[in-house]
Amino acid sequence: MSTTLRPYLNAVRATLNAAMCLENFNSQVVERHVKPEVEVKTSKELLLTPVVVARNEKEKVLIESSINSMRISIAVKQADEIEQILCQKFMRFMMMRAENFIVLRRKPYPGYDISFLITNIHTEQMLKHKLVDFVIHFMEEIDKEISEMKLSVNARARICAEEFLKRF
Amino acid sequence: MADVSNFGVKPISCHAFNHDRSQLALSLNDNDVQIYKKSGKKWDLIHTLSEHTLKVTGIDWAPKTNRIVTCGADRNAYVWQLTDGVWVQELVILRINRAATCVKWSPEEDKFAVGSSSRMISICYFESDNNWWVSKHIKKPIRSTIVTLDWHPNNILLAAGCCDYKAYVFSAYIKEINAKPGATVWGKKMNFGNIMQEVVMPCTGWVHGVSFSPSGNRLAMVSHGSIVSVVTGGAELVGLRTEHLPFNDCIWITENSFVAAGHDCNPMLFTVDGGCTKVDFSCKLDQPPKAGGGGRAVSAMNMFKMMDKKGAVETGGKEIDTKHKNAITQLYAYGPNKFSSAGKDGNVIVWDAKSLESSIAGLRIA
Repeated sequence: MSTTLRPYLNAVRATLNAAMCLENFNSQVVERHVKPEVEVKTSKELLLTPVVVARNEKEKVLIESSINSMRISIAVKQADEIEQILCQKFMRFMMMRAENFIVLRRKPYPGYDISFLITNIHTEQMLKHKLVDFVIHFMEEIDKEISEMKLSVNARARICAEEFLKRF
Repeated sequence: MADVSNFGVKPISCHAFNHDRSQLALSLNDNDVQIYKKSGKKWDLIHTLSEHTLKVTGIDWAPKTNRIVTCGADRNAYVWQLTDGVWVQELVILRINRAATCVKWSPEEDKFAVGSSSRMISICYFESDNNWWVSKHIKKPIRSTIVTLDWHPNNILLAAGCCDYKAYVFSAYIKEINAKPGATVWGKKMNFGNIMQEVVMPCTGWVHGVSFSPSGNRLAMVSHGSIVSVVTGGAELVGLRTEHLPFNDCIWITENSFVAAGHDCNPMLFTVDGGCTKVDFSCKLDQPPKAGGGGRAVSAMNMFKMMDKKGAVETGGKEIDTKHKNAITQLYAYGPNKFSSAGKDGNVIVWDAKSLESSIAGLRIA
């Protein structure tokens, strides 16, 4: 693991730990409803200051929290066009299956590649430290996954090109 | 020292004990209130009160009159009375248009307070002419949801913690049922709804818990900025910024020490000096058991287990070593030197401060 990744993930982990202190909260605006305050943003006093943890210009995490929900938006490193395409396709694949991931949001926050929405219901059903572990694990794996896919795409392209150029 | 009872995997949103602590009313984060009776070490379910149509958010059990009051997100509150072995409910006219969030009987049990998301507190009392529970509202400076309430021992003053980053001490003097109150440190003028003191938190944060000390002269507050603070009537606020995760509730054990618990899953003891000029962190009350020998053997077994399960050598990561495995939502005064805590992990734990004092080195509860 490179030298900057460890402190970056540690900072994200500490921020998530502090931000994921959620409780049940009924809407002040609509009666008999419970809404994720971080999404509806109807009461200013129920929102916390958003935090951005950035490793560099391209890799960053936006953590927004409120009294009963939090949103984690991740921007994944994309060095070239292949990585961009791969990242886009991969995220799209997952977000189309968002309900299977439970905490995944169907659309990313603008400017980011993927967003998670964690509500108090999730922290009640699941252990909080495991949820934090999951997000950190996701961040660790996603870079690896994309660079692996890039390698295999490149290798495949090389084989194809070789086969094609044999004819001439 | 700490008596753990588990009620399943669902979170306990609120709980209350009866006068002799032989029965326990709790809500497992749903529309029902369940009443358990203690038999030996076990708790047996004896009654289920299902009248609320949305989540129950608050329960309180009056020790002397043996009445239960519950409130819920369906904007209703009910007073339950045991008649011929059946709990019978009476509807309370709260006149609120958002969810009720918390409820507390007054010490004399002639009235109770209900906090709500409609930015007001309803003080409810029984009107015998009409034979129903009616309410009076405290609305004035409240700008957000009331999340917590506590009564002063004199039966008149009421502390409220609010999401507008403030705690208030109100007078809830109802002239129809209460005798004229005497002066306290919080002030003399006690018209209904009068603010005796407004406390602004040292850093912005929702006030999750408020608690009056046994004498009623001090008020402890915990807010989302991980700050515990104490204010004496008429004096300035004294706060302590802690390194822990935010606290959800607080409760006094003696006049000089209180316990706060919350997202760290561990009740913590704080002490206040005599003149109330400083709050100090004393210790965590949930101390992990000493690691015994044979740890290596277990970890080797874990290693093979993990290799089998996940294909990776990883010893399960770190587990939480506290008794509560998820956030503590509520503390309840169980008895002299004892308090109980309910958590999102479905556990109710009764803590005995006196026996904790003997088991934790250096801990003095004065």
